[in-house]
Amino acid sequence: MSDIFEIAIVGSGPGGISAAARAAELKVSHVLLEAAPHLSNTIYRYQKGKHVMAEPEALPLRSPLEFSAGSREVILGAWDEGVAKLGVNVRHGAEITAIKKLDDHFELSIGRKDKVLAKNIVLGVGLQGNIRRLGVPGDDAPFVQYTLDDPDEYEGETIIVVGAGDAAIENAVALSKQNQVVVVNRRDEFARAKEGNLRAISKAIEDGVIECYFGTAPERVDKLSVGRKPGRLILNTPKGRAQVLCDRIIGRLGANPPRAFVEACGVVFPNADPSAVPAISAKYESNVPGLYIVGALGGYPLIKQAMNQGYEVVEYILGRSVEPADEPLLRAKFQTMPGFSSVSAALEKVQSSVPLLATITPLQLREFMIDSGIRTPKSGEVLFKRNDYTNSFYCIVEGQVEVLVDEAGGKRVALGPGEFFGEMSLISGRRRSATVYAGANCVLIETPRRSMTKLINSVDAVKKLVDRTFVERAIRARFGDEATATQIKEVVSGATLQRFKAGETLFREGDEGDCLHLVRVGSLTISRTIGGRDIVLSYVPAGNYVGEMAVIGGSKRSATAKAAVATETIRVERDAFRKLMNTNPLLRAKLAQEVKQRTAENITMQAAASGGDIISFLVGQGLGEATDVLLIDESLCVRCDNCEKACAETHGGTSRLDREAGPTFANVHVPTSCRHCEHPHCMKDCPADAIHRAPNGEVYIADNCIGCGNCERNCPYGVIHMSAKPKKKPGLLQWLLLGAGPGPGESPYDPDSHEKKAVKCDMCKDIKGGASCVRACPTGAAIRISPEQLPEYAFARGP
Amino acid sequence: MHDSILDYRGFRYLWTALILSIGSIVAYLWHDPIGVPNGGSWLGYTLGTIGALLILWLLWFGVRKRRYSGATGSVRGWLSAHVYLGSTLILIAFLHAGFQVGWNIHTLALVLMLLVIFSGFFGVYAYLRYPAMMTRNRADSTRDAMVAEIRELDGQTLQLADKVDKSIHDAILSSIQHSQLGGGVWAQLTARDDSAMALAKLKEAVLKNDGDAKQSKSGQTMVMMVDFLANQANDTQSENLRRLIDLVSRKRALASRVARDIQLQALMEIWLYIHIPLSLGLLGALTAHVLSVFFYW
Repeated sequence: MSDIFEIAIVGSGPGGISAAARAAELKVSHVLLEAAPHLSNTIYRYQKGKHVMAEPEALPLRSPLEFSAGSREVILGAWDEGVAKLGVNVRHGAEITAIKKLDDHFELSIGRKDKVLAKNIVLGVGLQGNIRRLGVPGDDAPFVQYTLDDPDEYEGETIIVVGAGDAAIENAVALSKQNQVVVVNRRDEFARAKEGNLRAISKAIEDGVIECYFGTAPERVDKLSVGRKPGRLILNTPKGRAQVLCDRIIGRLGANPPRAFVEACGVVFPNADPSAVPAISAKYESNVPGLYIVGALGGYPLIKQAMNQGYEVVEYILGRSVEPADEPLLRAKFQTMPGFSSVSAALEKVQSSVPLLATITPLQLREFMIDSGIRTPKSGEVLFKRNDYTNSFYCIVEGQVEVLVDEAGGKRVALGPGEFFGEMSLISGRRRSATVYAGANCVLIETPRRSMTKLINSVDAVKKLVDRTFVERAIRARFGDEATATQIKEVVSGATLQRFKAGETLFREGDEGDCLHLVRVGSLTISRTIGGRDIVLSYVPAGNYVGEMAVIGGSKRSATAKAAVATETIRVERDAFRKLMNTNPLLRAKLAQEVKQRTAENITMQAAASGGDIISFLVGQGLGEATDVLLIDESLCVRCDNCEKACAETHGGTSRLDREAGPTFANVHVPTSCRHCEHPHCMKDCPADAIHRAPNGEVYIADNCIGCGNCERNCPYGVIHMSAKPKKKPGLLQWLLLGAGPGPGESPYDPDSHEKKAVKCDMCKDIKGGASCVRACPTGAAIRISPEQLPEYAFARGP
Repeated sequence: MHDSILDYRGFRYLWTALILSIGSIVAYLWHDPIGVPNGGSWLGYTLGTIGALLILWLLWFGVRKRRYSGATGSVRGWLSAHVYLGSTLILIAFLHAGFQVGWNIHTLALVLMLLVIFSGFFGVYAYLRYPAMMTRNRADSTRDAMVAEIRELDGQTLQLADKVDKSIHDAILSSIQHSQLGGGVWAQLTARDDSAMALAKLKEAVLKNDGDAKQSKSGQTMVMMVDFLANQANDTQSENLRRLIDLVSRKRALASRVARDIQLQALMEIWLYIHIPLSLGLLGALTAHVLSVFFYW
């Protein structure tokens, strides 16, 4: 069967293109299948002239194709040239709809009819997925398109935008300036859209600038040969059928995430978490023999990693062994480990001594180790301090560490080989709960937050173990001082994890108090209904517990607890807890004391009811997940914008705060500036892992930012911008006395520079004296507070 | 949590200023100069030196304010000290001069200094009073948002006016073309806005359309006018007119809010245009004063 290819490569991203090039170089029969009419669609769709970076710098490139940091055009040009020179067998317009495993080969269906046969498949389809089409007859008409590069290109047309997401809204609003725009929305509202977009589209519809069909589905696209318009869209509206004549139809229906397709191929994902990636072997083979996965889909989002994998995977398919490109990196890492002989021995040692890592695949372990660092601290060295904001995770390979659990009493608990620590801050996103000292001869693996989170989300066994340990330690830390291990175990075994969406109620005033909640992630507000109105009494950040009043007193709930943001709690059952308490008079006394104090605080807050309104307002502005936020007292702010100027001057010319934007309540203004969230949304999807949290809590972007803009899109508060470096400007006195150069706060960046990177507030962590915005405020209007100070702040402004 | 420039760090600089003032007064009373007290005695020189150094330091505020990475204290502390020590300067200068004035360069420096200080007093007043008024006036909006809404209202008004009548359309158009917010210093400070004109023009146009009612109805309010029209014009037209008046009134309310916003901002800034140039003038006069004293001694 000569028409069975040795290797079929699906997707021509960095991984796929590199694999195809290697196969061509080795003269292996292959085919590169790409749905788009050009190679590397994701990079192709970058904006013109975009500077593409080549992180991680230390990793050597291994591919027949060239790649180094440069503009999009140069990189794509080099790849096109390389592909042509090597004679890669590319098939464009080949969208794979199904992959079927036959006896010794695969059958790949292209579109509805065509097929390709291959012995091995390299899947490099990335995470972007295929764009959803209208899915109705005629959706391939020439006037139907699924992207929009420049809305200003069109003028005086009637354009139908189908879709209700952010992309659809942004397109529709931008197009409506010069065109007649009709939006077709399958649902009755724009539920998925961002706040700002929602406002824009609602207004445009209300003003009659945009016409919108709600609850309407497209039924058919017709090409017209007579009349002024080239086509029409037949719609199925709630009131019956309608037709709209148009010049252009733009479908913005999102993309089909590739997961469903990949699963249909037989590949298993470890869990339902959207960030989960399929488990693959050290040779990139999935659970389906002969089906290999490279690139972002396999958990490697960077271009260089993917290209190296493309090269390696072809070698592996041909049965050759090749030293992975990351071998030198790992060797350098393990070098510091006592008794190091080879990388594989060291990896084995890690896996055998740390049970947490025992179940993960060799490839996951390699990646985990590349991101992590090996630390061999001296005995007595501080690994992290209590109240630090670091959130890395530690596994003990050898030796032991000591955790100072009781600051005042100096009580220490030892952790031995195979145990881990640092999970509290990792999960709650809050300060370290204890100081940890290194013991004698200890060898540790320190893993950054992102890699650990990824591992937790990819391997269920890891998640379970970390969660169980977290619950146990949290309960012990909170209530266990005086209890025995068996007593604690009893409480822990009955404890469960509960999740709440923002605004969801944990319990209501007057409910039966059957449990207490220890807040693990997120935060809560406590409120009471007074005179028919909800009065917020306090704010409970992660690490604290609620519901103990009713559990101790055995009565009904005295207040309502609501999740301020997405929140996770450890639910401890009343009966188990009472049992623990009854055997521990000390614990009982301690809790009674805390209850008393809380009641007193609530009563004070009730007296200053408007303070509660300020809490609700600020929690509504995202303070529930903040660690530090800039507030402006508008009765003191003279609108001089010195805060913005100070920010721009100390941060390469771009202000990271917008003073005027943002809501105001009772003269408290929340400007658009970073809140340094506990679980920063910006960190969620950073391919270069460039966003970190400093020990004092500042969330900052490091220099290895590749300028992809994910963080800008992920930030719900709109505080991240893409910006290039400004030109150098003359000193202050030269401007003041001679008028030379742009003034303070005015430094337009170089318009020719395409090397844009993400910028955000770093709370001036590198500048002596603290945040410049606050220090530059001449009137004391600007201050920064953390949510712990929120009740105090609200109370001070309350009466 | 937030504290203003006056109560910064428990009135630290108020106390500093008071101690300096009382010390100077005591020294002045205790001092027994040869002849009348003046700048030529040792106390006169001492106070003069203190005053001159204070002036230089007060001027340096303009630089410190813009030195954003400067680590010497916060700008708020500097401003608090600037206000209190600047006020003390009045006393020190008069004690230095032994309360003598005349038509000379020395008194020119004194007068300039007083003007600078009193313009500063207005600044303190403005900084304490206007910010809260500004917030209240804005009512949770921003100036940009209000201006954008005005623009939009203009567009809607025009569309609607077009449906009613050509003469009304013309009236609205010309009022939009002539409306202006802000402008020169005077326009900003007086919160002038021409939005009231739109209503007047509209009224005029309606009345002109309706010749009979000319004399008798001219003094009536818009609402009554519409009611009157409703009797003769058809329903849609009077309905459109009613909406038109709603829009124009809404625009008027917005425009006066924006004008007020501009006015408050201008009030918070205008004094700086006196304070700073005069303080530079003061620097010149002070230099002349010091040099002349040494030359003609």
